[in-house]
Amino acid sequence: MAELVFISTLNGVLYGLLLFLLASGLTLIFSMMGVLNFAHASFYMLGAFFGFQISRWAGFWPALILAPVLVGLAGALVERFGLRNVHKHGHVAELLFTFGLAFVIEELVQIVWGKSPVDFRTPALLDFPAFTVFATNYPAYKLFMLVISVAIFVGLFVMLTRTRIGLIVQAALTHPHMVAHLGHNVPLIFMSVFGVGAALAGIAGVIAGPALVTQSSMAALLGPILFVVVVVGGLGSLHGALYASLLIGLLQTFAIAINLSLSDAFAGSSFSPEPGTLLNDLWRVSVAQVAPILPYVLLILVLIFKPTGLFGNRET
Amino acid sequence: MSDAVLPRSSATVSTSGIARLSPYGPWIAAGLLLIVLPVVCRSGTALTIMSLMGIAIIFALSYNMLLGQTGMLSFGHAVYYGLGAYFTVHAINAAIAAKLPVPLIVMPVVGGLAGLGFAVLFGWVSTKRSGTAFAMISLGLAELVGSSSLILRSFFGGEEGVSTNRTKLLPLLEWKFGPQIQVYYLIAAWCLIAVALMYALTRTPFGRMCNAVRDNPERAQFVGYNPQVVRYLAFCLSGLFAGVAGALAAINFELANSALFSAAQSGNVLLATFIGGAGHFVGPILGAVLVTYLQNMLSDVTEVWQLYFGLMFIATVMYAPGGLAGLFMMHGPVWRAGALAPLMASYLIMLGPLALVGGAAVLVIEMTTHLGVKAAEGTTMTFAGITFDATSLLAWTLALAALLAGAVLGRLAWRRVAAAWDRVEAVARDKGVAP
Repeated sequence: MAELVFISTLNGVLYGLLLFLLASGLTLIFSMMGVLNFAHASFYMLGAFFGFQISRWAGFWPALILAPVLVGLAGALVERFGLRNVHKHGHVAELLFTFGLAFVIEELVQIVWGKSPVDFRTPALLDFPAFTVFATNYPAYKLFMLVISVAIFVGLFVMLTRTRIGLIVQAALTHPHMVAHLGHNVPLIFMSVFGVGAALAGIAGVIAGPALVTQSSMAALLGPILFVVVVVGGLGSLHGALYASLLIGLLQTFAIAINLSLSDAFAGSSFSPEPGTLLNDLWRVSVAQVAPILPYVLLILVLIFKPTGLFGNRET
Repeated sequence: MSDAVLPRSSATVSTSGIARLSPYGPWIAAGLLLIVLPVVCRSGTALTIMSLMGIAIIFALSYNMLLGQTGMLSFGHAVYYGLGAYFTVHAINAAIAAKLPVPLIVMPVVGGLAGLGFAVLFGWVSTKRSGTAFAMISLGLAELVGSSSLILRSFFGGEEGVSTNRTKLLPLLEWKFGPQIQVYYLIAAWCLIAVALMYALTRTPFGRMCNAVRDNPERAQFVGYNPQVVRYLAFCLSGLFAGVAGALAAINFELANSALFSAAQSGNVLLATFIGGAGHFVGPILGAVLVTYLQNMLSDVTEVWQLYFGLMFIATVMYAPGGLAGLFMMHGPVWRAGALAPLMASYLIMLGPLALVGGAAVLVIEMTTHLGVKAAEGTTMTFAGITFDATSLLAWTLALAALLAGAVLGRLAWRRVAAAWDRVEAVARDKGVAP
């Protein structure tokens, strides 16, 4: 039991931090521009595939630097030549634009790398068990992911609260017009924030690629969870995004680890529904099988009881 | 907003029968067209595609009740489509098992009620919010239902779904709905009814309130309507028609599986509606017909047809947010002013660069496909009747040069179009046919 709790907590925090790498960029972009970037998970996927391709040519470590830069550039270009032109048609058009972009990026990835998973391996340098607890080997690569995520989180925090750029970005979050009146180039800030947000997603993609599966459906799989994170945390709240990321990371990791169903919990009772009925399905389904739907249940519960999200104060 | 669909009925002062029928002219014409179409296009493929178009039209129009009429962007509309299909399949199977004397033609009612029921349930949660939050909730609900369908296997049948046999029900006038032609007429009849009902709905005070909630919820509130309630009602009705469409799909395929409420299905209806034009009643009809046609025809020509689809959608969002219908309607005043000819001349000039950019882009995409996912088949490829090597520098240079040249020429030609447009608009304004 202690083993399960320890390993699951570690994995949950890791998954949560990975989600936060994505959610932080998404939240920054949303707060500044009012656009919920549907293609954000696609930038994460691009990061993984760029990382895979560059690591084939030049090894993993150059890929760790180059792939996020490329993804960031792609993001900045998308903002400059796509989103900015759509802006005049309103928020729905912007959301539709990013939706179309997500669609196109998935198709492009399928054209170049195919539909099946690619062989993105952990670098040999980190391919060893870091430590052994309760007879379980914990891979060093996961520890490395943890370190990178925490480092970026701290870096982002310091940049937003301690530097001049961070100050301007923070001001633009709440008072974009005032910032523009003070003479700052708000379109440039928007483009940079979009690019940095995309680059953060790219980093998440590169480091998650070898640990998870790198395939063309990874954006579609993670995208909806990401939106759950930002809605549950409260649209536009960076704190909320952090807590919601960790919450959902832990929730899913623990749920997957628990292979119990109602029938196991009440194994002593004589109750047994007929096979082939809905009740039987519910009676026999294990917590692990329910894990994929738990974030969405959480989403609906939060929306019923606290429509602004856990830490949000903004109605959209 | 959709006045152009039907002529105004105020002209029918005369008492002759034809004049009294004239407001219904387009509907009678549409009905006749639906009857005659299978006689003209006899092939099996044409029948199949026309059946799919009928289903897609209902689905897209039901989606536009949200997006176009009430201004709600949903990413999970396929939920009601899929549930409508599942309930219909189960209802047909139950009717067969109990030997109930029900004909197949009433089965879409079951699908509609299922769609309505779940829209009443899910809409209560999701329509509390509007805008971006609503879109996210609809996405979450779609994922929830999609994942649940794999858990509740006894109802949803797991991966392979639930199948049925539509011919086992009570025959209607010797029709057992085995052949596709009979199914086509069933779909056509339901399509006409559903379209007429949805059109009628846009003409009611409720339909107008939906528009008001879309344009300015605060003012709608001042008039005395609760925007949340209006959104909720629109959502429920839209679920009803989506359920009907799903039921027809289930009857057509004799199968309901989880692909029916996949994210791809929700995405497709959004694409179709928006490409056709969400701002006009006819828009989704155009979009559904075009998208269904392309889905079935383009997939034979190229493997990456979905990419072209996505690019078409992005182009629509960026350059023609009114969709196809919006583009057509824009020319109404110019046409009435009789100033269409000079505009068409400038369009002809625009056509050259457009074809150049389009052709070059297609070439680049096809070459990339050959070097990427189809690398195992070798690098030799055929494009527009010419066989060449996809790695050849010449082909890439030509394609990229054409792309660049097309873009530059397109910009120049676009200036002429804009100038011509300004001129004809001024003419139309002088004649009093444009604001």
